[in-house]
Amino acid sequence: MKRFRFNQQEIVFAVFALLFLVFSIFLRGFLTPDNMLTLLQNVAVLGILGLAMAIVVIGRGIDISLIAALAVPPGLVLQMVQNGHSLPASLLTAVLLTIAFGLVNGWLIAYAEVPSLFATLATGLLLAGLGQTALFQLDVVQWSPGMDGFERLGQGTILGIPTSIWMFAIACIVVAFLLRQTRWGAYIYAIGDNPYAARVTGIPSRPIIVLQYVITALIGCFAGLVMAASVNSMPTRIFNSTLIYDVILVVVLGGIGLSGGRGGVLNVVIGTLVIGTMLNGMTIMDISYAGQNLIKGVVLLLAVITDSFLNPRNEETAQQGDI
Amino acid sequence: MRDTLTSLRYRYWPDHLLGEILSKRWTETAIPVILLLIVGLALSRSIDNFLSPASLADTARQAGEIGFIALGLALVVIVGGIDLSVGSIFALTDFCALYLLDVLGWPVPAVVAATLLCGALLGAVNGILIGYLRLRAFITTLITLIIYRSAYDLLIQRYSNAIASAFPDIPSWDFIGGGSIFGIPTVALVYIVIAIFGHIFMTRLRPGWHITAIGGSRRSAYNSGIPVRRTIALCYVASGVLTSIGALFFASRLGTVGGDIGVGLEVIVLTATVLGGITLGGGKGSVAKSAVGVLIVLLITNGLTTMNARGGVNRMALAGILLVAAMVDIRWQKNRTRIISKVYVAPTYHALPPPPPTEIGQGGPFEQNDKLRNVESIGLGRIEAPEDVILDRHDNLYAGSRHGDIMRFLAPDYQKMEVFAHIGGQPLGMAFDREDNLYVCIGGMGLYRIKPDGTVEKATDETNRSMRSVNDDSRLRLADDLDITDDGLIFFSEATVRYEMDEWPIDGLEARGNGRIICYDTKTGVTRTELRGLKFPNGICVASDGQSILFAETFGCSIKRYYFAGPKKGKVEVVMDNLPGYPDNINLASDGNYWLALVGMRSPSLDLAWKMPGFRRRMGKRVPVDEWLFPNINTGCVVKFNEQGKIVESFWDLRGENHPMITSMREHRGYLYLGGILNNRIGRYKLDNSDPNFVQYDKRWGKQS
Repeated sequence: MKRFRFNQQEIVFAVFALLFLVFSIFLRGFLTPDNMLTLLQNVAVLGILGLAMAIVVIGRGIDISLIAALAVPPGLVLQMVQNGHSLPASLLTAVLLTIAFGLVNGWLIAYAEVPSLFATLATGLLLAGLGQTALFQLDVVQWSPGMDGFERLGQGTILGIPTSIWMFAIACIVVAFLLRQTRWGAYIYAIGDNPYAARVTGIPSRPIIVLQYVITALIGCFAGLVMAASVNSMPTRIFNSTLIYDVILVVVLGGIGLSGGRGGVLNVVIGTLVIGTMLNGMTIMDISYAGQNLIKGVVLLLAVITDSFLNPRNEETAQQGDI
Repeated sequence: MRDTLTSLRYRYWPDHLLGEILSKRWTETAIPVILLLIVGLALSRSIDNFLSPASLADTARQAGEIGFIALGLALVVIVGGIDLSVGSIFALTDFCALYLLDVLGWPVPAVVAATLLCGALLGAVNGILIGYLRLRAFITTLITLIIYRSAYDLLIQRYSNAIASAFPDIPSWDFIGGGSIFGIPTVALVYIVIAIFGHIFMTRLRPGWHITAIGGSRRSAYNSGIPVRRTIALCYVASGVLTSIGALFFASRLGTVGGDIGVGLEVIVLTATVLGGITLGGGKGSVAKSAVGVLIVLLITNGLTTMNARGGVNRMALAGILLVAAMVDIRWQKNRTRIISKVYVAPTYHALPPPPPTEIGQGGPFEQNDKLRNVESIGLGRIEAPEDVILDRHDNLYAGSRHGDIMRFLAPDYQKMEVFAHIGGQPLGMAFDREDNLYVCIGGMGLYRIKPDGTVEKATDETNRSMRSVNDDSRLRLADDLDITDDGLIFFSEATVRYEMDEWPIDGLEARGNGRIICYDTKTGVTRTELRGLKFPNGICVASDGQSILFAETFGCSIKRYYFAGPKKGKVEVVMDNLPGYPDNINLASDGNYWLALVGMRSPSLDLAWKMPGFRRRMGKRVPVDEWLFPNINTGCVVKFNEQGKIVESFWDLRGENHPMITSMREHRGYLYLGGILNNRIGRYKLDNSDPNFVQYDKRWGKQS
């Protein structure tokens, strides 16, 4: 089984290479420096979100509210600066909001034992609704002079490579360190592999689950800041988009099984490359938004079906009511 | 003074009802209904015209449409899944209906059939993926949600103008959307019909039971031969069809294909389902719960809209309600049994005066001795838990066993043991009637009759239900001991109506009068309750006048006499009270007196605890069951008493080896036979000065040839 999963990574990488090759040959304007820059920048945000999602998926959870965490706290930063607050104070408020949000998610899932999909579906709506009603004046929060300098987080290049790619790389290193080098990371894998066994062996599973969702929300917020910096605004209606499916697609296609306990940063990188290439190609081909969604949906469905065959749910540890 | 207050408080305040109400299934539906009433009341006060017929009809139309979708989702949730794609299916089937009608110009019946088929197909995709390929329901329907939605978006880009420009004028189509019969909108009527069918389907028909079984435990359902995959798949198909019915009514009412039709619908319906009390994860739910949930959600969202709340507020309110409802539901399902077991035990005040002395040297009728030291053992190690022992006219010895059998030891040496009858429940008290039929009280089953040839028949297992009891007390939970009058009336005691056979000591902890005496008439077959509110009634024996019975109240520590006929009919007299132990079975002695077994002796600690109900309640909540303070049943004795309430003689086993606990004794031809529910033997004790020819039934009803 282990060899086979290694193959899955290779297969997905091969698909990416093939896709890239085909697009390069048949799509005019694909293999241009400009487009590559766009692709990489788009991919960066998706990749950071993929990392966030990977942490909870490895811990046998899922976080549908990630896009709310991406949109609302960074939107709050922009809004507060627009209203005359200083940038550090705004950032601090946003981070606190994000941590609080992660804590609510984690508490609901770990302590109130609401299924993660369900809990985050509702909290995502809650946070988005909060942003819509109480925090933002307009759907798109505009950049204001107070934010000057901050756009370097998402624009420009360092050593010839776009900054957002650096941000993705930094996020990768941080997450990889967390998952592979710290005890908490090992706990996350243990909980994802078999929550009951993890609990019995004395792992503080509930606090660790809360931690997962807090980290995920923080990374989501970071992705939002990078995104806002790169486009100089925060379109908060992104919450209504299908971005979350792209993120799940990245994780599942990359080979992190939804049943938990498997995969790592490398899987996210591979998944991101594939999805990024696919989305970019579809945009160049001028497929309509709905059409793109249709294609993404079908690909995601195929990926989930394949995943269910490659990583079948462990019936022994699958909870009754684990929907 | 304080004791009086405590006594009054516990006599008149019904503590035991809380646990009984909570353990009822209907409480889980009652809570959403109460919520609905509160919401309805609050809104009708704060919004004008909320209860006007026009407003109500409008609410009914919306409720009907959403109600269909909620029914489908309820089905899917009960089977253990979830369907998030309902909003998109709704949009697609709405489009399907309008496209067929407006653009292709199909006749209405064909449109209806095709739309339902479309819904079924869309649901079938979910069904095949989740039922047969066993994908996760949540993620799968999330994906189909997005696929169906994009398909819808693509379709309306092409056809929305064509649909918007058509104004079909078809009466039957308009009737579906806006018609009403007797003022009730069509959609509501159809919903009611389908809901009633759904209720019957879920509660009375085999497929409905299969669905609930799969939701309760998929693996067990599979192991018991239920076609799990097919049933699950069909549930999703049904969800698709029900959604398309809702969409049909919506299409005929509004006739539009806007871009946001059905967006977020899944959250509304899901909130309704969870709020109604249908458990996420499956196995529990009903049509009524679904309907109540829809009404609550609709009232709240409509109320918010009327009060001009901003769009986001509505969304937040829904999400918040959804979360709280899910949380409450999940915690309740997880802790239900624990909460009930904590509040179910409801101790009450029970004061007894200090008991008469039993120590050697103190004198008195209960003074301990060692008469039972050299009791003979019958069936040592071969019989388990002979609660009662009895001998027939041919001197054979019968005793119940814990394994659900009546064992027979054959005269004269009682060495040979055989199974006389297999019953399946634990036999307790026994008595022969005139025709040598053996009547047995079976714990948890009722009163049974065993013919001389060993065939077992049910005599009765239910009595009249009392109207003031929350627990259904028509079934017999713990029939304990019996005796048969000369006229063929069988009086038997039911020790408690609140606990099962294995929990009987907990009733002693409560010390409430939970028991009753029931009469079964062998001539008419009628069973009726004679006395209620007794503190663990146990032994029963017909008194010498033939018009009354003597009965023991174990935790009342008393013997009472109940007149069922004659001038004192209906009266209860105390024969003896404040016994030093807990009385059990009563049987006739050869000299016209009565034998009484004391199953355990009172202890100062429990006597004190009986006066402190709060203490016992705290103990029940905080201490694990096996460390509770229970009545002592490790030592006891046999006494002989007369009808005037005087103790004539007592028999003790000081070493406590042979018969530390005695629940029953039976005199027969100069010997006393002893049984005990925790013993592994039957005792036989030679009585001095007793009639060597005494046979209980010969004495009462004359010798049979």
